[in-house]
Amino acid sequence: MKFTLSWLEDYLATKLDVNGIAEVMLKAGLEVEEIHNPADDLSAFTVAKVKTAEPHPDADKLRVCTVDTVDGEKQIVCGAPNARAGMTAIYAPLGAYIPGLDFSLDKKPRKIRGVESQGMMCSTKELNAGEDHDGIADLDAKIPLGTPAADALGLNDPVIDFEVTPNRPDWLGVEGIARDLAAAGAGRFLPREIKPPVSKIECDQDIRIEAEAACPIFAGALIRGVKNGPSPDWMQKRLKAVGITPKSLLVDVTNYVSLDRARPLHAYDAAKLKGAIVARLGRAGETLAALDGKTYEIMPDMCVIADDSGVIGLGGVMGGESTAVSAETVDVFLESAWFDPLRTARTGRMTGIVSDARYRFERGVDTASCLPGLHYAIELITAAGGGKVSDVKIAGGKIPRQDKVAFKLADVARLTGLDVKAKDMRKTLTELGFEIEDSGEAYYVVPPTWRFDIEQSADLVEEIARTQGYDALPGQSLPPPEGGRGAVTTTIQDRVRTARRTLAARGFLEAVTWSFMDKEKAALFGETPDELTLANPVTSDLNQMRPTILANLAEALQRAKDRGERGSALFEAGPIYLGDGPKDQRTIVAALMRPSNARHWQGLPAYDAYAAKSDLLAVLEAIGQPEARFQVAAPRDKHWHPGQGASLKMGPKVTVAQFGALHPRVLKALDVDGPLYGFELNLNALPQMKARGAKTRSKLDIIDRSPVRRDLAFVLADSVPVADLLAAIRGADKQLVSDLSVFDVYAGKGIEEGHRSIGVEVTLQPQGETLTDKEIEAVMEKIVEKAGKATGATLRG
Amino acid sequence: MSDIEKIEKEALKAISGVGDLAALDEVRVAELGKKGRVSGLMKTLGKMSNEERQEMGPKLNALKQRVADAVEARKAVLEDEALEARLATEKVDLSLPARPEPKGALHPVMQVFEEIAAIFGDMGFSVAEGPDIEDDWHNFTALNFPEGHPARETHDTFFFSPQGEEAAKVLRTHTSPVQIRTMMAGEPPIRIIAPGRVYRNDWDATHTPMFHQVEGLVIESGIHMGHLKGCLIDFVKAFFEVDAVEARLRPHFFPFTEPSAEMDVKYTRDGDTIKIGDGEQWMEILGCGMVHPNVLKNCGIDPEVYQGFAFGMGVDRLAMLKYGMPDLRPYFEADPAWTRHYGFKPWLTPSVSGGLS
Repeated sequence: MKFTLSWLEDYLATKLDVNGIAEVMLKAGLEVEEIHNPADDLSAFTVAKVKTAEPHPDADKLRVCTVDTVDGEKQIVCGAPNARAGMTAIYAPLGAYIPGLDFSLDKKPRKIRGVESQGMMCSTKELNAGEDHDGIADLDAKIPLGTPAADALGLNDPVIDFEVTPNRPDWLGVEGIARDLAAAGAGRFLPREIKPPVSKIECDQDIRIEAEAACPIFAGALIRGVKNGPSPDWMQKRLKAVGITPKSLLVDVTNYVSLDRARPLHAYDAAKLKGAIVARLGRAGETLAALDGKTYEIMPDMCVIADDSGVIGLGGVMGGESTAVSAETVDVFLESAWFDPLRTARTGRMTGIVSDARYRFERGVDTASCLPGLHYAIELITAAGGGKVSDVKIAGGKIPRQDKVAFKLADVARLTGLDVKAKDMRKTLTELGFEIEDSGEAYYVVPPTWRFDIEQSADLVEEIARTQGYDALPGQSLPPPEGGRGAVTTTIQDRVRTARRTLAARGFLEAVTWSFMDKEKAALFGETPDELTLANPVTSDLNQMRPTILANLAEALQRAKDRGERGSALFEAGPIYLGDGPKDQRTIVAALMRPSNARHWQGLPAYDAYAAKSDLLAVLEAIGQPEARFQVAAPRDKHWHPGQGASLKMGPKVTVAQFGALHPRVLKALDVDGPLYGFELNLNALPQMKARGAKTRSKLDIIDRSPVRRDLAFVLADSVPVADLLAAIRGADKQLVSDLSVFDVYAGKGIEEGHRSIGVEVTLQPQGETLTDKEIEAVMEKIVEKAGKATGATLRG
Repeated sequence: MSDIEKIEKEALKAISGVGDLAALDEVRVAELGKKGRVSGLMKTLGKMSNEERQEMGPKLNALKQRVADAVEARKAVLEDEALEARLATEKVDLSLPARPEPKGALHPVMQVFEEIAAIFGDMGFSVAEGPDIEDDWHNFTALNFPEGHPARETHDTFFFSPQGEEAAKVLRTHTSPVQIRTMMAGEPPIRIIAPGRVYRNDWDATHTPMFHQVEGLVIESGIHMGHLKGCLIDFVKAFFEVDAVEARLRPHFFPFTEPSAEMDVKYTRDGDTIKIGDGEQWMEILGCGMVHPNVLKNCGIDPEVYQGFAFGMGVDRLAMLKYGMPDLRPYFEADPAWTRHYGFKPWLTPSVSGGLS
């Protein structure tokens, strides 16, 4: 919302300058966005007096003028046909920037056809301050020499732009702004005295309401014989200053009253109306050719204005083309009505119409402003355009006032900590337009007709607090919490932190990518239920909530490759979505690596599916989930390479993670070069640790017996996972077998086709006495036997 | 010259003349071995008279000792020389580059989440979470956005297609629904922050369709707006790691707080660098207010008994301000070059005791 300082001063007696006003605005909750004074652009220009104006010796159309200026007497060559001796003009000194021409005068005098010119005399167009037709600005001779041009042209009027919050539609009018600023201490509110017009003719235009809830009051008056020419200068200046292009008296007055008093009006060309004007609900099949040149389909829920010809307007939203005023309009019917905010908002959404009227009515228009607004508009129209005014017709009645609100004075201190005297509260509320019944501890307060945001005591607390200013709030630190300190973070949050640090320490870069992705791509990775499809995606390829993080990481790795990265490792800890319920979100840690082709003189280990497994296990270990808890099985999802992907399970049902190489078909569909290796770990699938009990650790038993290490080589069928063999070995003596390491995997000569030789170093840790050879022998035999039974493995001969 | 002197002279000469351990051992055997010269002299002691033996015994033993010492000394020298020679052959060029270790980094937004949690954790807050996909009630209605009210439209909400009779689900437009979930699930006193992803259908130079917020909620009896102001000023000082911050609260409108406010901090801009704390200009950094009585009622809390405040702040922007990242858009592009430049070292854990950054 924009307004000018002089406009505000119509309603506010104040000693403050524009910066002072802006400060009070901020204090009261009117967030100033910009202050602009057009005079700032015109500071170089001043009023000058033309003493002589002689024809140029070498040019018919030019004149050589002697001009009295703030800089002394100057010789100025001027091409304007109206330049003459005795004229009061606007002088631009050498070097001045001419905004309307977008260039600066030379800093040194210039010869024009041989005659030196020491400045310029300007038209208002050259100052971006108007449209001259006759040449340079020809000002009132009474304006003294040296007067700033902005003052002479009446442009020294700062424009303030501020944000109107949705709860304060009364700030959409200068009057409402002034009232608030007065209550906040900026000065004295000056209400405008508006008298009903003296009617000279009878209103023969019938009006009727057939939808009282949608349009409880509809008032109007006829003005006959009006001249719909341009509106007065002062009005045009104000409208232009706030960014509205003047059109004609009738249009300008409705716009002006809207801005001045937050009271939207509508003007009909009375000659074009057919029969009575009716405010009613729409009927199926009706349409409206609206003022924006578009035709809208009317729905039965909409409040329409109709006459015998059909719909001529959408109540509170937009008028119709057929009855609009034009330059030829002589008789005008002026409407001032009130439309239900929610219905107006619905109509606005359904039609998509964005209009000033809709903006105002859906936020709420002063329920008591119908008549004063109408009266003021009539006053402005007849003052400039003449015409005879009819009596004012009113259909419907008053809109009931809002109920009294109990305001407990103690709530101010309770909610804000401010100590405000009762009499100051009363003064503030009264200035804001509240009517007060005092019962001692509480006020029973009737909100003013322009407020729709006052329902309870807390709302009035805000009125007191903001007019006092939040600077007065007694800032104090939060007291320590009652009772002991609980854990700040949850188990999953802790695990996310640890996982992130583990991966970053292992060389991965953390990414944060969109939660939504392309639905077709998402289908490569999992289910894409419609309940997770956005109805209004920001772009068509970000329309599905992601079932995986890997797709985003894969595409990022491709972008990195295209930019010349040799290989990159990315990870993200974030959500995926299995459904639209509150428990359907999972916290995933996903990592993806494009192996680098970088070389090193010592050689570099290749990053592959096994390396991805190491990274996954490192994360699990870091978050207190040792490898031994999990089993490796085939990958669950189809986006993993069937031969180089696997899942990590906890028991037969719960898949905790999947890892390995991404499926080449998926990479191709994503247009990403492979191979890529990585994992996805579902933190929600892990058991949540119980609340930490005692902090003390169990006692460490130091065993002083040296461990015994023995190598065994098994021949194992390819179809049997090595993990099964290791599990069998471990199971042979859970007490003694403390560690296993696979030191060799061999297939080829000497080993039966379809089999591998697996070299395992078994570590036995004696718990009591040192093991005898015989005991060791017995354990080894048991291991071989168990391994054979469980996996078909035989000792390599 | 006696035999002893001669043998000693010759032996010592031989010992000092050998060039390697094998030759030294030959000398040792020749002199001190069973059939060696010194041993031969020693054997003569048995045939001597007592007097002779008393005279020659010490002399011969001394000879044997001197020769043996000379062998040992020479041996040490030769061993040293041999070690030096071996070490010389073992020399490597340690100026060659070591195997490169990949360098990881943490994303600034996630780091800033942790910084914020550290500060508020120290004030007794715990970290709560809620789902990104919300229903209309949690995201709007319970937060006192009247149905059909224009305040809803300011949120540029992402909607899902309605499934059956239910109102369309939405992507949460703010972290405030976590307030509702927290109050519905627990009893006051409540002190939580709720970090998370939020979504608005807006994408230009200064907006991304997904961004991050941290919500704060305190519900206790006796908490007023002065505490809100103090708490947030404490936060801003700690977060920007400056001693003093000039901050102000200014009235604003949010449906779910009453009174409502926005907080501005003073700053100075020096080229691309922004210094928070003092200066000529104000910058808005967060929205806040006393929890609206309707919101408390919607969550089954009696607004006559309990009261409190809530705040919400844009984390991406706080990160930009603190760490001087000029543009919001690369946050979500997963560009390794950006993350390496603006990211954080893996082991930098924000804490109130150790400093945040």
